[in-house]
Amino acid sequence: MEASHDELARVVREHAGRLAASLVGLIGDFTAAEDLVQDAVVAALTRWPTEGIPDRPDAWLFTVARRRGLDVLRRESNYRSKLAQLQWPVRSQPDERLRLVFTCCHPALSRQAQIALTLRVVCGLTTEQIARAFLVRETTVAQRVTRAKRKIAAAGIPYRIPTEEELPERLSEVLTVIYLLMNEGYLATAERAQRRDLVDDAEWLASLLHQLMPAEPEVAGLLALARLHRARSVGRFDPGGRLVLLQDQDRTSWDHDAIGAATRLLTRAAAQHRPGPYQLQAAIVACHAEAERWEDTDWEQIVVLYDMLLHLAPSPVTRLHRAIALRYTAGAEPALAELDGLDTALDRYHLYHATRAELLRQLGRSDEARAADRRALELTANPAEQALLQERIDWA
Amino acid sequence: MKYVLLFVETEKFSEELQAMGPAERERAFEKVDKWFAEHADVVRGGSKLQAPNTATTVRLDGAEPVITDGPFVEGKEVVSGYLEVDVADLDEALRMVKTWPGCPLVEIRPLES
Repeated sequence: MEASHDELARVVREHAGRLAASLVGLIGDFTAAEDLVQDAVVAALTRWPTEGIPDRPDAWLFTVARRRGLDVLRRESNYRSKLAQLQWPVRSQPDERLRLVFTCCHPALSRQAQIALTLRVVCGLTTEQIARAFLVRETTVAQRVTRAKRKIAAAGIPYRIPTEEELPERLSEVLTVIYLLMNEGYLATAERAQRRDLVDDAEWLASLLHQLMPAEPEVAGLLALARLHRARSVGRFDPGGRLVLLQDQDRTSWDHDAIGAATRLLTRAAAQHRPGPYQLQAAIVACHAEAERWEDTDWEQIVVLYDMLLHLAPSPVTRLHRAIALRYTAGAEPALAELDGLDTALDRYHLYHATRAELLRQLGRSDEARAADRRALELTANPAEQALLQERIDWA
Repeated sequence: MKYVLLFVETEKFSEELQAMGPAERERAFEKVDKWFAEHADVVRGGSKLQAPNTATTVRLDGAEPVITDGPFVEGKEVVSGYLEVDVADLDEALRMVKTWPGCPLVEIRPLES
């Protein structure tokens, strides 16, 4: 059941994105094209589980979309000429899908709208699926999508690939959306099945982008990061669904072929000497993935990578992670001193307090450690993390 | 497509303008004049605006221009002038606004057609 669901998701993602791209290109009306595709996707999700996936899923989706398009043109005559041009097979140039992704992630749209539109239009998710993934109401998602589509039309957001000079900024918007999807899915795996699809969607989007823009090292970096996370995902939970810390994970359960492939991808990207936050994050994860045992972890290298990351993209959370690595190269005291400078910025972040607790405990300051763990417990809503922290408070 | 560019002044900007010497102010005005000359072919007049939810705001007071959804909301900021321009799409309006040498905020609003 799980496998067939994954297959269905993969087929819809692949073909809905293609179909959306070619229809927007052909009809030139983002909203109309998107509606046609969505109806086809909903029909597919309803019928394919019982009828089986058709031999030509793309042709099937096209037929449903076209039929719906004919209904629309009966009411609105201006679609007549456009739909008349709609012949099977529709063109599906890689460029068109790229245009679609850039339009959905246009910086004039809010981040939430960018995410909802990308999932809906490019990945073919329904509003219901998006709502479930982000634990918000379906009407909220529907409103976000509707408003975003209206803004695309009213504000004159063009359907095109950015120019050379705009590309760095626009590409970073697209990569941010994919990265947020990946994190949302990754952090939420404790709640299992429901939200896991987001990691698949993020990885799929990254690999699509990589196919379309193979020369962009940050795209390759993000794809490597997604694949490294996936390769290690099996070890993150015990059979009871409880979170297992990195140092306690069974490293033989990781997908070492996938780790090797992701590392090679990263090495090729790094050879271009255009480092960026995603390549660096992937390199840090690769350091962990390549260590045969926890004791073999190359912490010196990890600290260097965090320094580079802080230089390119300074953030309190990155400084927190650097402090965690510093514990293993310089010791608990300097690591704790690093954290002291972050107390205002990260006071509401559970991992900040959980990390402080560990360092304090290592330094024998157990009362302070327990207080920090309690504060961390108050701040996380993730059941697996809650269980872990509660255990520490009870036993340590 | 027609857009109105709403030029917004901040307190900081007014203070900086006040603090300028005559020669420096002259140079600042020259830059603005040059910008107007460069875009003379797309500048039109004034007209009715669409609702604020169609707004896109570009913040120019950082190292790089930052583009956000919605109208500006912060602090004491006032619209000090506006322009109607006729360009292909939002991206062309954004390109034009990114080189604006005057006040630090510009709101781009499409006109009712």
